[in-house]
Amino acid sequence: MSVSSLRLQVESALAGRVVAPFRFREATAPVAVPIGISALDELTGGLPRGCLTEICGPPCSGKTSILQSALVACTQASEACALVDAQDCFDPVGAQKSGLELSRLLWVRCQGIDQALCSVDLLLHAGGFGLVALDLGDIPARLTRQVQLSVWFRMRRAVEDTSTVLVVLAPETNAKSCASLVLRLEREVTAWSLPAQKTERRAAHTPGCLLDGSAHSAEMVRSFLRRKKPLSIDRAKNYKPSGTTRFQISSDKRIKEEGSRETETLQAAEVSAERI
Amino acid sequence: MAYCAIFVPHFLLQSVIRSEPSLQNQPLVLLDGPAPTFRVIAANEAARLLGITAGLTKAAATEFRGVQIRLRNREQEAAAHAALLDAAWSFSPRVENTAIGLATMDVAGLKNLFGSYEEIGLQIQSCCLELGLHVHAAVSENLETARIIACAHRGPTIISAGQEAQCLNPLPVDLLVPSEELAEVLRHWGITNCGALAALPVLSLSECVGQEGVRLHAIASGKGNRALILAEPTHAFEEFMEPDDAVEELEPLSFLLGRLLDQLCLRVTARALAVRTIHLKFELQTSFEEVFDVSREMVRVKQRAGTFHCSLTLPRPTQDAKLLLKLLRLRLQEKPPNAPVQKLWLRADTDRPRAVQGDLFLPAAPDPDKLELTLARIASAVGENNVGSAELLDSYRPDAFRMHKFCATGAVDSQKAMSVDGVESPQELRKAELGFRYFRPPLSAYVVFDEGRPVRVSWKGNTGKVVHSSGPWRLSGQWWEENSWQEDAWDVELSFAGKTLLSGTYQIVFDALQKKWLVRGSYD
Repeated sequence: MSVSSLRLQVESALAGRVVAPFRFREATAPVAVPIGISALDELTGGLPRGCLTEICGPPCSGKTSILQSALVACTQASEACALVDAQDCFDPVGAQKSGLELSRLLWVRCQGIDQALCSVDLLLHAGGFGLVALDLGDIPARLTRQVQLSVWFRMRRAVEDTSTVLVVLAPETNAKSCASLVLRLEREVTAWSLPAQKTERRAAHTPGCLLDGSAHSAEMVRSFLRRKKPLSIDRAKNYKPSGTTRFQISSDKRIKEEGSRETETLQAAEVSAERI
Repeated sequence: MAYCAIFVPHFLLQSVIRSEPSLQNQPLVLLDGPAPTFRVIAANEAARLLGITAGLTKAAATEFRGVQIRLRNREQEAAAHAALLDAAWSFSPRVENTAIGLATMDVAGLKNLFGSYEEIGLQIQSCCLELGLHVHAAVSENLETARIIACAHRGPTIISAGQEAQCLNPLPVDLLVPSEELAEVLRHWGITNCGALAALPVLSLSECVGQEGVRLHAIASGKGNRALILAEPTHAFEEFMEPDDAVEELEPLSFLLGRLLDQLCLRVTARALAVRTIHLKFELQTSFEEVFDVSREMVRVKQRAGTFHCSLTLPRPTQDAKLLLKLLRLRLQEKPPNAPVQKLWLRADTDRPRAVQGDLFLPAAPDPDKLELTLARIASAVGENNVGSAELLDSYRPDAFRMHKFCATGAVDSQKAMSVDGVESPQELRKAELGFRYFRPPLSAYVVFDEGRPVRVSWKGNTGKVVHSSGPWRLSGQWWEENSWQEDAWDVELSFAGKTLLSGTYQIVFDALQKKWLVRGSYD
């Protein structure tokens, strides 16, 4: 049987169900949502819609800050978001301080990985969310490794062709080829406003020492930008296909202005002294 | 002016069949009376063919093979009558609650909406059939004539103006519902139909039987008319069911609930309303020991049969019976009744259905119906209090929040929404804040101090050296209440020898009331 007759036979068998089965379906470039951290946005091009994004790293590597920043961006753009929290560790007070609209965030507080995966599956199939985040956080890697690859495939299929961004936070990458974007984070240094000074009394505040923030490095392990078409957003032309970057996250306890650093530090010390 | 009367023949039987459609083609008898001496009060055609007549005892009725016997249930009848009124209200706002199983409505001016009177009659019959009732319908310019003709003919019957007397002539005089005394007098006179009554001289009739005779004479002549007494439409819908045997399993229970919900939603839809809140009430079967106190010489009732209540409020009113059933099933799976169910009540509070068109330039939001179902499913897996939106409490206590129901709000700023897909320039991006991860519950820790500063922190067998610390941040509150709190918080940067992955910035807290150190969480 010749190739053409074989092709004709397949096409006739699939007639009415599949339109042009042998036509190459070119993948469309995903639209991206900004993370809200300029260094990461330049590196990655944002979080792709309709794709699975993995952000992995050890504890204190900045995963939560990135997720919080993306949630802020989405909720401020009037999108409904969902956070499936496998370890019930989300901080709503801090999130609201950073600009997150809590009324637009559905928070599912789970007690384990099974509940979390089940909840994500239901949310993805419900549809309509701008961002669905699965925070596996600091769950031991030996447990996240036990999640079968078919689960990640199912998630990817559920989110495909939708406008939902699916973000998974985990200690290490698990979704393999199902993830369109994989970021690996590491903490580099924690920034303090002044070196700690020794005090004689335990109750006295360490003068002028405040948590300023932290610096992290991000490595893009996998990227959706490797596809043929560029991103549909303006900044796409400036993006690097892969690489690493450094970014800083500031704490809400930081000293705001560089010029008035000492003054504010002193003020903070005074405030804390008043509290004591 | 034109009136349409809707009459439900064999109303008592139809109210039972409406609840149990499987009885439609079976011989069915209805019993009523004081407890042990039940008598047959109604029987359908199939039962009558077997020889069952009204007045038979229950024992005699059970002798007939294959006969379905049911006790009269007034709640079922009330629900069937309410369905009839709902059907009438779906056509006209001017409806009279004439009698049980009989409604009359003003149909003047409805031709433009529904077509000719005959078409209106057919549509009413079809609407009632959807609600489980086979009805007779008659339209006339005379209200009483419409009522009598509806009771006599299946219809739809349309009586032209001036033809009332002619149509009423052959009908039995009992349809005029005379008092017993007058009925006896008419029987003695040999007056059996309306035509004979209408032929009597009015003056003589007045002298013999009084004003009632004059009134019936006018009705029989097609001239007696009166004003419509309007009924007030209700916004609460109730359905009731009493299964033969108590139901214990969720599967058959949800089957019965589905049937009730179907009827309820049909009624609500007919009135162009939607269900906002649904209330479920079960009467539970309790054991003899639970109900009666037999410990003493006299047996006395200890308590009444238990009941189970459950309410479900929807963020958006719906007419979807399947959605309501799924939500109720999930609720019952989570909190099942603790005894078999004997009786079921379902009450719906209604609202206007949502009639808002979405904005093209707004981001897609979850479909409220689908979201409600998804949230219910998630709640059944993780617990009802663990799903929703966080709402911060007015307190300085760290981690003070409560959960409330998540609702995908639709009112958004279009301009704001336009900037979602990365159109913002990098300069416009705000600075990201350092995230914090709570350990819920906080972990017990052991802290070593040196010269007023923590130098070593241990928890779960890991000991970290403090590289940098900031604190103490002393906080306290609600000291005037029982749940007072007081703590010294420290931000510490820890370094773990050999376990570099754990190294990071944490918050440790000294609980001054419990006198112990806790690790509250980490900066991530």
